[in-house]
Amino acid sequence: MKYLALVYYDEKLMAQKTQQEWDALNQECIACVEGLSESGHFITGSPLMPTSAATTVRVRDKRVTVTDGPFAETKEQLAGFYMLEAKDLNEAIALAGKIPPARYGSIEVRPARELVAEGNQAGGDAG
Amino acid sequence: MMDSFSARIQEIYQQESRRVLATLIRLLGSFELAEEALHDAFAAAMNQWPGEGVPDNPRAWLVSAGRFKAIDQLRRKARFDVSLEEVADRLEAELACEDAAPQEIEDDRLRLIFTCCHPGLAPEAQLALTLREVCGLTTEEIASAFLTSTPTLAQRIVRAKAKIRDANIPYAVPEGQELQERLASVLHAIYLIFNEGYSASAGERLIRQDLCGEAIRLARLLCQLLPEPEARGLLALLLLQDARRSARVSADGNLVLLEDQDRSLWNREQIQEGSNLVLQALASRRFGPYTLQAAIAAVHSDADSTETTDWPQIVGLYEALLGQSPSPVIELNRAVAVAMRDGPERGLALIDHLLAEGPLSDYHLAHAARADLLRRLGQNKQAHAAYRRALALSQQGPEQRFLLRRLHEIETRLATEKK
Repeated sequence: MKYLALVYYDEKLMAQKTQQEWDALNQECIACVEGLSESGHFITGSPLMPTSAATTVRVRDKRVTVTDGPFAETKEQLAGFYMLEAKDLNEAIALAGKIPPARYGSIEVRPARELVAEGNQAGGDAG
Repeated sequence: MMDSFSARIQEIYQQESRRVLATLIRLLGSFELAEEALHDAFAAAMNQWPGEGVPDNPRAWLVSAGRFKAIDQLRRKARFDVSLEEVADRLEAELACEDAAPQEIEDDRLRLIFTCCHPGLAPEAQLALTLREVCGLTTEEIASAFLTSTPTLAQRIVRAKAKIRDANIPYAVPEGQELQERLASVLHAIYLIFNEGYSASAGERLIRQDLCGEAIRLARLLCQLLPEPEARGLLALLLLQDARRSARVSADGNLVLLEDQDRSLWNREQIQEGSNLVLQALASRRFGPYTLQAAIAAVHSDADSTETTDWPQIVGLYEALLGQSPSPVIELNRAVAVAMRDGPERGLALIDHLLAEGPLSDYHLAHAARADLLRRLGQNKQAHAAYRRALALSQQGPEQRFLLRRLHEIETRLATEKK
């Protein structure tokens, strides 16, 4: 089963790190990805540029509107993601616990769902 | 004849339904399917057993009947949803496998407990699900025990089951390091169920005592299935606290403090069992906070009054507890024990220090404890102010009544002082 592990932390706190500390954390992340790949749990993933580089896109009445920044102001911001292969939630939790930024922020673990032609999950409950 | 028969089936239901359900959830891979299958299996038993007699192993019969019924159900529903055909085929193929061994069935009960108390579920959902699935309480019973409406509670259970299914929370007992972490979640859920019952106000007393009973039954079951020291510690704690139940509330529904309780009302048998469990847990040297709290309760239970209580030992146990899980509330309890050991001044100094640090400044019990020490020291004016502060912060009826009584006592003292 596929789980997406979304990495959140307070960007301001991370910005306070020295270049050396920040590089050290990133090296830990490289090692984490290597470990997850070797054990066959890593499908894909990427760290993200900070929310200052984010742009939000919406389509309303067939018109595209574009605004600066993420769509919600929150204390912790999305910083990266890992798409993981795990047999169940317990395994996904164990894997998410290995993601280094979990020490500073939080990791949201969500099961992925499949796009199918009919009978899609998690919506369309009305009638 | 028929009546004694329904009584027999009723008895089997009481004894076996939770075990059968736990095993069906594993075999069918779904709570909903298993519940329906359990219901159908008992309906089949009511039909067939009067003619054929009760089978030698009713549990195995019910599990097997439940599996067949579930496959039938799926095949019927598959007319509208083809994907169910596959599930039915898979379940049918699995039928060929051997019946579950008795040990496996006991393990299923443990799996059910760990799944219902999974930390990925909201705490209130854990409690509702555990009472529903493990204890077999009805949704109505749970709703009235938690003072919520039945639809709200039913919704909570439905959402929890949906999360179990969608996030694929496994039907498994965790192993190794994970077991200890998850066990904490299970113990906490049982403790919350007990507390929900123990902090009852007079009106709901009957129903809520049921919650204490369910929590004790759960803790007992957990000890049987998983002989971990902290599980014993929790069972001990619940037994020792519950043993004081009838002394803790006066005839008019008011709260009675430990020091004022009629100790002859304490349930000695439960205290004995609790104390033995504490000793076993302590001897393991792998105990945690529940065992230490139980040990404190056991020391209280040993004494026939507050004067003869072994306060040095209680202070020591609070210090051990602080070493494991530091918390300002435990600091407060330790301060009260120090006051009993070394006199009110020492305790007061500790409480003043704690209040000055901040986190307890709005905690009613901190002000109530401070007020009590001031009262004992005869500092009536300050005691009066502290009781008023405690009263303003307290939210529970019996507690407020208790604080009001103390406040009146102090006012009488202040009035005589003036004369």
